[in-house]
Amino acid sequence: MSLIEVQDIAKAYGGIRALDGCTMTFESGKINGLIGPNGSGKTTLFNVVTGYERPDRGQVAVNGEGITGLSPDKVFGRGLGRTFQLTRIFPRMTVVENLHVAAQRAGGFRSELSRWSSTEERSKSKEVLDFVGLTRLAAELAGNLSYGQQKLLEFAGIMIAEPQVILLDEPAGGVNPTLLTHLATRIQALNGQGTTFVVVEHDMEFVMGLCHRVCVMHQGRAICAGDPETVRADPMVLEAYLGTDMREIDDAEAEVV
Amino acid sequence: MAVIQATPELLRPSDIDHAFRDPYALSSRTRGISWVGLFAILAAFPLVFTNPAVTSVAVFTMFFLLATVAWNLFSGYSGYISIGHAVYYGLGQYTVALLVLHLHIAAGAGELGVLPLAGLVAAAGAVPVGLLVLRVRRHTFIVLTIAVMFIFQLLAFNFPSITGGSTGLNVPPPAWSPYSYNLPFYYVALGTAILALLTSWGIRRSKFGLGLLAIRDDEDRAKGLGIKVTRAKLIALVISAFYVGIAGGLYAVFVGQVFPQFAFTPFYDLYLAVFSFVGGLGTLAGPVLGALVLGPLQQYFEIQFGATTLYLIIYGVLFILILLLLPRGVVPSISDRYRSMLAAHWRKTGRGPATQGGSSLSQGPATGPAPAPAMPAEPIVREGA
Repeated sequence: MSLIEVQDIAKAYGGIRALDGCTMTFESGKINGLIGPNGSGKTTLFNVVTGYERPDRGQVAVNGEGITGLSPDKVFGRGLGRTFQLTRIFPRMTVVENLHVAAQRAGGFRSELSRWSSTEERSKSKEVLDFVGLTRLAAELAGNLSYGQQKLLEFAGIMIAEPQVILLDEPAGGVNPTLLTHLATRIQALNGQGTTFVVVEHDMEFVMGLCHRVCVMHQGRAICAGDPETVRADPMVLEAYLGTDMREIDDAEAEVV
Repeated sequence: MAVIQATPELLRPSDIDHAFRDPYALSSRTRGISWVGLFAILAAFPLVFTNPAVTSVAVFTMFFLLATVAWNLFSGYSGYISIGHAVYYGLGQYTVALLVLHLHIAAGAGELGVLPLAGLVAAAGAVPVGLLVLRVRRHTFIVLTIAVMFIFQLLAFNFPSITGGSTGLNVPPPAWSPYSYNLPFYYVALGTAILALLTSWGIRRSKFGLGLLAIRDDEDRAKGLGIKVTRAKLIALVISAFYVGIAGGLYAVFVGQVFPQFAFTPFYDLYLAVFSFVGGLGTLAGPVLGALVLGPLQQYFEIQFGATTLYLIIYGVLFILILLLLPRGVVPSISDRYRSMLAAHWRKTGRGPATQGGSSLSQGPATGPAPAPAMPAEPIVREGA
């Protein structure tokens, strides 16, 4: 069942058409991969879906309800949480404070006047910190954490709000293999509990190992979608990644062999 | 919640306190006693030092204390450095002057009675101003706040039928004994400053305040985490303007005259900003420290060198020195130094807080789906906890 539907989205920056009639769906309860060469429009698509960019045309729907043009805080309210390509945490706030920013924003202004560090709230953040393994650093300023820890913190900061969908923009970028395995395990565990994921990633091994379904973008359009094996074998994908010339060379070599 | 199976044992509040405790933080008792002690000293000050020359300086310092705390609860928390708070200061001054004039309020305590209205008018003024200036960020925001402040100054100059123009407005001084004349101003300002500080403290503890800090650190991400950033910034500005308006009203009654160039003055915000920066921007104690130390110093310079603007140069040099030596302000810098000293001491003596459990990367991955355990009536005590 499709959870997020993107219909004919276009977005141009000056002469660059970052998205050019992009149509795709992300399925509910699955880990959806989104791959494509540099400049194929993956991050722009994320920005459009999460309300950071207004599309020039086209529709985005979540659970069949249109969310096109909603502001980021409203999109978040519809159950979509995201991370950023360049990790973004709140550096001058402590690790715990970082987590509580996202927690429980639904209750209107009255709830905003309540203490952020009530026992109930903190037991929740304790669970999340244990889950990502950052409990030891709870009182530390987030800016003092290592890059990998910041990645985990950003992830935890989304997760604490229990969104329906978590969109991860290059979670593996600059992360060491041990931490990557750790992160993948966390993603799978959350997915097992029903959270849908959309993962933009360049690390093919990571994507193919993690994702149930992969969409491929090229020049602002979706060119192919399916399970990892199908996508890996698709000639259009190879073309998008390696270029036509390369493929011709490959073919020529294949003939020679 | 969904991830509960990652930590099968339920946690007692005390466990969480232990895990989240900042090992270097002063206990809340120490902090409480320090604050009460500080304000006891401030309350006793004009009764001990009764010389009117001294208490006058003290009164202006209290005005600064009130306004600096108020300025910080918007600019310090949200990171939007306003150099246009004189708008609210001036609105407060003119509100009191005009009310006294048109309602024929007799000189005396009644003039101080209209102070809440001065705050409300300033707060109301902050809504349209905020909706305009909060559309932009950082440097553009700073420049825009100054511009709006000068617009208000021009308006005050150019509507003499209302504001008296450059001749200003008079607020008849209360006919109190010269020996105790300063006291009501001092205590009203001190009381309002305490109220402002309590507001600031309450904001810092609330989800609303956490949202402001998130806006300061990364507004776009804050937006993506469900924070209504424009609303949050505007509310903080309105609260801040309310207290600064009261400071303006107090000033108008105390000095007895309101002029456009002194009501809507660019220097005012420089003081508030410098006091907050030097003390520690966005902290609770920083602006208090800044205003209490630099406020009297500013008065001294103005009295000593007020004939020329030389004192502004001295002030500038002082500011540069502090920026060079303690770039983040006195309170955060001292707090950092104290932390590293304490940490070094603990390392040497082998004592200090035990690094509490919490899963590390070496711990096994969370297992797959499992039914979340129901909350037992009795909390399960963890071994060794």
